[in-house]
Amino acid sequence: MKRYRPVAAVAAAVVLIQLATLILGKGFYLTQLTMSAYYVLAALGLCLVMGYAGQISLGQAGFFALGGYTTAFLTTRDLTDLGGTAFFTVLQGLGLVIPKETLYGGTVIHLSPWVSLAVALILAAAAAYLLGVPVLRLRGHYLAMATMGFGLIVYRIVLGTRLFGEADGLVNVPGFALVPGLEVSGEMSSRIANYYIAWLVVLLVLVLLINLINSRVGRALRSLHGGEEAASAMGVDTARYKVKVFVIGAVLSALAGFLMTHYNGGIGPSEAGVAKSVRYVAIVAVGGMANLWGTLMVGSVLNFLSLRGVFGHYDEAVFGLVLVVMMTFFPGGILGAGTLRTFKVRLVEILNRVRRNRKEVIHG
Amino acid sequence: MKKTVLLLTALLALGLGSCRKEEDTIKIGAILAVTGGASFLGAPEARTAEMVVEEINAKGGILGRQIELIVKDSAGNPERALSFAKQLIEEDQVTAIIGPTTSGETMQIKDLCESLKTPLISCAAAEAIVDPVARYVFKTPQKDNYVAEWIFGAMNEMGISRIGVVAANTGFGNAGMGQLVKYAPRFGIEIAAAETYDSAATDLTAVLTKLRARDVEAVVNWSIVPAQSIVPKNMKQLGMEVPLFQSHGFGNIKYVEAAGAAGEGIIFPAGRLLVAEQLPDDHPQKANLVAYKTAYEEKFGEAVSTFGGHAWDAIMLTLEAIRKAGSADRDAVRDALESISGFPGTGGIFTMTAADHNGLGMDSLELLTVRDGRFAFYRN
Amino acid sequence: MGSGQLLQYLFAGITVGSIYAFVAVGYNIIYSATGIINFAQGEFVMLGGMLAYSFSRFMPLGIAVVLAVLLTAAFGGLMELVFIRRMKSGSVLGMIVITIGLSLLIREGALAVWDEQIRALRFFSGSEISSLNILGARISPQVLWVLGTTLAVTAGLFLFLKFTLTGQALRACSENRRAAKLCGIRTERMVSLAFLVSAGIGALGGCVVSPLTQTHYAMGTDLALKGFTVAILGGLGNPLSAVAAGLLLGIIESFSISLLPMAYKDVISMVILLVILVVKPGGLFGSSRAAALREY
Repeated sequence: MKRYRPVAAVAAAVVLIQLATLILGKGFYLTQLTMSAYYVLAALGLCLVMGYAGQISLGQAGFFALGGYTTAFLTTRDLTDLGGTAFFTVLQGLGLVIPKETLYGGTVIHLSPWVSLAVALILAAAAAYLLGVPVLRLRGHYLAMATMGFGLIVYRIVLGTRLFGEADGLVNVPGFALVPGLEVSGEMSSRIANYYIAWLVVLLVLVLLINLINSRVGRALRSLHGGEEAASAMGVDTARYKVKVFVIGAVLSALAGFLMTHYNGGIGPSEAGVAKSVRYVAIVAVGGMANLWGTLMVGSVLNFLSLRGVFGHYDEAVFGLVLVVMMTFFPGGILGAGTLRTFKVRLVEILNRVRRNRKEVIHG
Repeated sequence: MKKTVLLLTALLALGLGSCRKEEDTIKIGAILAVTGGASFLGAPEARTAEMVVEEINAKGGILGRQIELIVKDSAGNPERALSFAKQLIEEDQVTAIIGPTTSGETMQIKDLCESLKTPLISCAAAEAIVDPVARYVFKTPQKDNYVAEWIFGAMNEMGISRIGVVAANTGFGNAGMGQLVKYAPRFGIEIAAAETYDSAATDLTAVLTKLRARDVEAVVNWSIVPAQSIVPKNMKQLGMEVPLFQSHGFGNIKYVEAAGAAGEGIIFPAGRLLVAEQLPDDHPQKANLVAYKTAYEEKFGEAVSTFGGHAWDAIMLTLEAIRKAGSADRDAVRDALESISGFPGTGGIFTMTAADHNGLGMDSLELLTVRDGRFAFYRN
Repeated sequence: MGSGQLLQYLFAGITVGSIYAFVAVGYNIIYSATGIINFAQGEFVMLGGMLAYSFSRFMPLGIAVVLAVLLTAAFGGLMELVFIRRMKSGSVLGMIVITIGLSLLIREGALAVWDEQIRALRFFSGSEISSLNILGARISPQVLWVLGTTLAVTAGLFLFLKFTLTGQALRACSENRRAAKLCGIRTERMVSLAFLVSAGIGALGGCVVSPLTQTHYAMGTDLALKGFTVAILGGLGNPLSAVAAGLLLGIIESFSISLLPMAYKDVISMVILLVILVVKPGGLFGSSRAAALREY
């Protein structure tokens, strides 16, 4: 149970922060904190791939968009016209159609998001599998290129297709009702509930990932770092494990996209772009490549600040700068082995020098 | 150790956002794509809005209070626009929001602003922004179908009946393509070829070759930069001598310069900002247009564009509404906005009604052309 | 499709393909020498065009171009010295990630220096409305400049790699670094040279296509991605195969426009990339063995 202690710490932090916003009257921070949670979710998926399978994926945003657009598309189809058909009656019987009133005085009937959730996750898993199996058995950084290609294809398709809203994206996505009364949506009234839902998902995923890392699969993956030939010689089917991890990472990203789309009530092509994929890579790299906590920390802080507009016009540049500076001087990432020690060592050096100078000034 | 760092960083980040002073200013929010793919539109918009606010504050502000313009750079991303909208409405308690720059972002926040009862004056052109009409949502750019109708009207006069259309793959381009396709039959015009290209495409000879093969009598290009300058050049390089029509996105003399000699003779409908000085002195828009043009060009050392004009209209309409309402209360401002009548903006003369939250008619546009490297009226 | 039409598409394809080639050649050179995929390659093209534009405001075009190329090359070398060389013991993964960050920084830096306006270099000969008639196809004279430069660069590279001592040393590095080192070749110098040459070539490409495609601070990213595709298509390891692959992809894209809506043009190149990766990862002209055994 010791390994779950950090999860408990994160959970405590989540609650504390929410209470702090309540007391300080800064409830509106919860919006950006909730959105950050979903971005962190996608980043955690990437952390698994980059840190433990040792491969760069430049398509994480592609999977995010896959999840988001799938649900956006499916839940914004107005099923009213399907009225009396057998198909509709079946869906209705299964409780999969939901009527909703629009702001302009009308009713639409849309598909239950549970259906689109299933479709989104299956699609993501399938895409990741089809992409990963042929490419991951190769050495080198072919996954980087393949995932880049995948991300671009997703981007171009959503940008170029009328059904997916082309450049404007899709809007009017309904909320996702987990249980009656509890809905993932952007409604101001359910803001606190949404905050906890988002972070609960992150916490659950963290538990899942910790289990994975400590399982046979995880150990097999860590053995890859020692040298793929050695691992192979020991009978570890490296390719299979890499594919497994890649699929999990993709599914997590699609889940994040799904939830974010319902929270925002829409999605645009910008979520699929290479720029977003690069951000995820930056977060994971700066967090320490194989470090879930680093990813969590860096991801939440950077995204929170970015979504509040703190970086102003330099938003893109900040991610690049953080990436370059950290990777050059602290290759282990922010919580890496070398980093904190280097900080401490430097700090001690500086303090010693100060002490020596003062002694000189006083006695010299 | 790790967890303390985690916690501390989180609290630090929270703290960073907490420094906000309460003053007796009127707060207006602006969500604009100052950087990113739509920066050609958003950067002049931001500059214009800031310039206007600065001028008015120097003269004492509005209702005796200074105006605080809070500009958020969305980089054209709808999710950022959404986050900023929530921030501006709830946290900064703005009276109204101008922008966003693109239709996609506007659609993303339309319902939010409506349900949170905050006036939104968008600088984006999509019809869906004001149709269906949301009580709190307005837009300043002219209707796309007017542009299409002007173009087709000119074609009828020139005896052109078979055309090719190319449009950029952006909200603006797609909307324009839609309007062109819709209105062409009404004017008896046949679209022999229609192609959408990537907005960042740098070479369009292949697409234009396709059009040339269909023997079109004219080409219509619906985009903004850089394609606006590339299409005329490519056409000349391909030896295509047919007339080129552009959309009201061709709204900056820089694009004419970029097209060089290939820009001569391009015909496009646009707001009168581009030919401000050539208007007769008694034209109701002239005073405002010339004032804006002179101030902008002097302050920023660059030519005005119609996009900056949309922002000028948005902020000026908002300020006018606040003045009329006599308060910065959102509902009062909304009512005042809806009752604005005969306001001379850059895009045209605005008259809003409950059913029309754009307020501009067909006469807000003027058919212009490029003559000797400058903008001029098409018909003299 | 008439022969004039065919030729027209061909020329359009070759023009676009040439710019891809410039980027891909740079990738290949750096990859061969170091095993790093340099994501900032596209930015070198952008820098070349931007610098040349700024210089050409107050000096003759030819000198402006030369200066821009030299300056960008120096920049590339500097980049290597400051960031890449430090990571000697670092992972290749880490270095690729750094180049991603660097490309971002260079792009945003360019925005700060030059702002978001589009710029274009003067046409080297003729003007924006000049049109030559070649066998029924109409092209701008600048297209000939582009083709000429591509050929010159290709020939120059070929001669350099085959016949000069430095070129052969570079090739030795790419075959086997350790062995090259043992032979007394200063591998660190070769790495710097690789970056220098790649940046210079990219910048030259940026200058020569600028009149046609115009230069914009954000153009580097899309180019980098396309160049990537082309480098893989041609086979990482041989800079010259990148030229052939670039032209090929440009031509394929160009002809695809005659059949499909242009919106899907880029989907095609990505699909081609994925197919190649699955079927023949070594690229059309490379060997899978050589590509797979790449080690830093």
